[in-house]
Amino acid sequence: MNRLSLFGLLGLVIRRDLILAMRRRADVLTTLIFFVMVVSLFPLGVGPEPDMLRKMAAGVVWVAALLASMLSLGRMFSADYLDGTLEQMMLVPQSLSMLVLGKIVAHWMVSGLPLVLMAPVLGLQFDMSAQALWILIAGLLLGTPILSMVGAVGAALTLGLRGGGVLVSLLVLPLCIPVLIFGTGAVDAAITGMSVASHLLLLSALLLLALVFTPWVTAQALRISME
Amino acid sequence: MAINWFKYAAPSSFYGLIGKMIPWFAWSSGILFIIGLYIGFFVAPTDVQQGEAYRIMFIHVPTSILSMFVYLVMAGYAAMGLIFNTRLSSMMASALAPTGALLAFLSLWTGALWGKPMWGAWWVWDARLTSELVLLFLYLGFIALQAAIDDPRRADRASALLAIVGSVNVPIIYFSVKWWNTLHQGSTVKFSGTSMHVAMQQAMYTMLLACWLYVIAVSLIRVRSIILERERNTQWVTDLPEVTK
Amino acid sequence: MLEISNLACSRGDHLLFSELSFTLAAGELLQVEGVNGSGKTSLLRTLCGFMMPAAGEIRWRNQNIRELDEAYYAEMIYLGHLNAIKDELNAVENLRINAGLAGCAVEEKKIIAALRRMGLRGRETLPVKVLSQGQRRRVALARLLFSNAPLWILDEPLTALDVSAVGLMQELIGEHLAHQGMVIYTTHQPLEVAGITTRRLSLS
Repeated sequence: MNRLSLFGLLGLVIRRDLILAMRRRADVLTTLIFFVMVVSLFPLGVGPEPDMLRKMAAGVVWVAALLASMLSLGRMFSADYLDGTLEQMMLVPQSLSMLVLGKIVAHWMVSGLPLVLMAPVLGLQFDMSAQALWILIAGLLLGTPILSMVGAVGAALTLGLRGGGVLVSLLVLPLCIPVLIFGTGAVDAAITGMSVASHLLLLSALLLLALVFTPWVTAQALRISME
Repeated sequence: MAINWFKYAAPSSFYGLIGKMIPWFAWSSGILFIIGLYIGFFVAPTDVQQGEAYRIMFIHVPTSILSMFVYLVMAGYAAMGLIFNTRLSSMMASALAPTGALLAFLSLWTGALWGKPMWGAWWVWDARLTSELVLLFLYLGFIALQAAIDDPRRADRASALLAIVGSVNVPIIYFSVKWWNTLHQGSTVKFSGTSMHVAMQQAMYTMLLACWLYVIAVSLIRVRSIILERERNTQWVTDLPEVTK
Repeated sequence: MLEISNLACSRGDHLLFSELSFTLAAGELLQVEGVNGSGKTSLLRTLCGFMMPAAGEIRWRNQNIRELDEAYYAEMIYLGHLNAIKDELNAVENLRINAGLAGCAVEEKKIIAALRRMGLRGRETLPVKVLSQGQRRRVALARLLFSNAPLWILDEPLTALDVSAVGLMQELIGEHLAHQGMVIYTTHQPLEVAGITTRRLSLS
């Protein structure tokens, strides 16, 4: 019997979660529809003036993405917790952090990536320029993985609690403020003709920071919650 | 019921010790509050630019400083409880949280009161006020997580991890909010733009010290209640004169 | 191999048991007994490192399992109340993932052979949600067949199993013990393994 390497484990977990998501497609679609709906509500709320919409487009898309990714956080560990798979995952002999990273990546591919792909369409609704759209997408590509990673910590801490879904948003949203600021800041900078690089670089720095620490922190949180 | 004494030894002695210390902290805090407020309201001169309204900062500044400081202390205690598995430090962390949230709230409130005459609006998206608001959210998250978990041990450990993640995040949040504020040319008004009068400084430091002692006194009172609640099944609690009465 | 000394376990304020000491050597079978709520599951979960003992320590090959951590997990397999199988996947997929989580990659042939031995011929590629409770338990137990961990920790392995499956379990445990394995389990049904004296540990 061959031993599974660290990256073998990573691949296995990602593949597993993707297969499961494919067989439960409705969950993925709900998040996406929620995202589209929230964004579409704003013009109805504030009026259809193109100037104002253009100005607030990035902020609206980002806030909606933030809320949509909160919605899907509850699913990250709870199904595995309920059927006992999480117990087996805690006993993984390679590295729990690596396994958690796999789950985060899969979660992002299922709930973050669709938002990124959908964003340009929504941007068009708000009459964003092509350049601003590209920056929005770049920001979302860098930012949504951070949301999944920070969200994983919250999801692990609130595992199995009453009202965990609302609680997790309460815990995670304040921590995501920097991502929101840099993500929307990049688009603003692009519109006003300032340098975009600094915002995107800061986002990348946050991404790296989250990549290094959050899987380990999430693993610790899971150990606490499983006790 | 059998009790493992070795684990509970520390809180029982701590309980008695802080019982003797609390009156000292409470009284000195009260006296300093009176002195500080007296200097602040009657001795310190009227500010040339801001008029009388600036006097709110004798409350605003100490509460703002302490609300951030208390978060760090709380996270420190929580981390200690998590790493060394010392129950008392976790109890200290949960005792500090409501006080910290109160300070953050007071700081926001006094900030708004000060902002109305200064900026003509109750709320301005100033970098400091915004960070203070986020800090309040972090406190509320900590308290909410602790309240949602029934098992006190898990509650302590989970909220400790949250506090640590939060304290790592606080500088990032502060920096990003500041960055956001300068980009949007917000109305950042410096509190201590003009050189402060000696009496103003005295009032400020006295109030800071008074608030600090208040935090210590209140959190010690709260930690005593937490100890009693968590150790209610132990012999030493049942033997306490205030319990047997 | 496995040494437990002065172990105490508590749930919330409630102390489940204390001063528990025993050892388990290669080839030994240990049955944990006790009434409901006496802490059988908590003991097994503590042995897995899920729960921190209130006092005492657990040593595996003369090292504390807290320090061994992942090295210990490579040498044990745990089967809890919950089957840890996914309704959406079929038995083969479930087992391949479970084996992967246990740290080994297994070929499909071996998985199918294991499932057949567990009496699930013809059900290998059905989604698990159409299987009965007993069949699901069999899928979960099939993991034992291709694990080479010496320590088995089984929490109520016989729940939902019929007589033939119980017989099969006895056979599996017998084989494992013959290969110098160790088994700790809890059960409410009698489990006799031929040629092995079952050690009993009762929690009160």
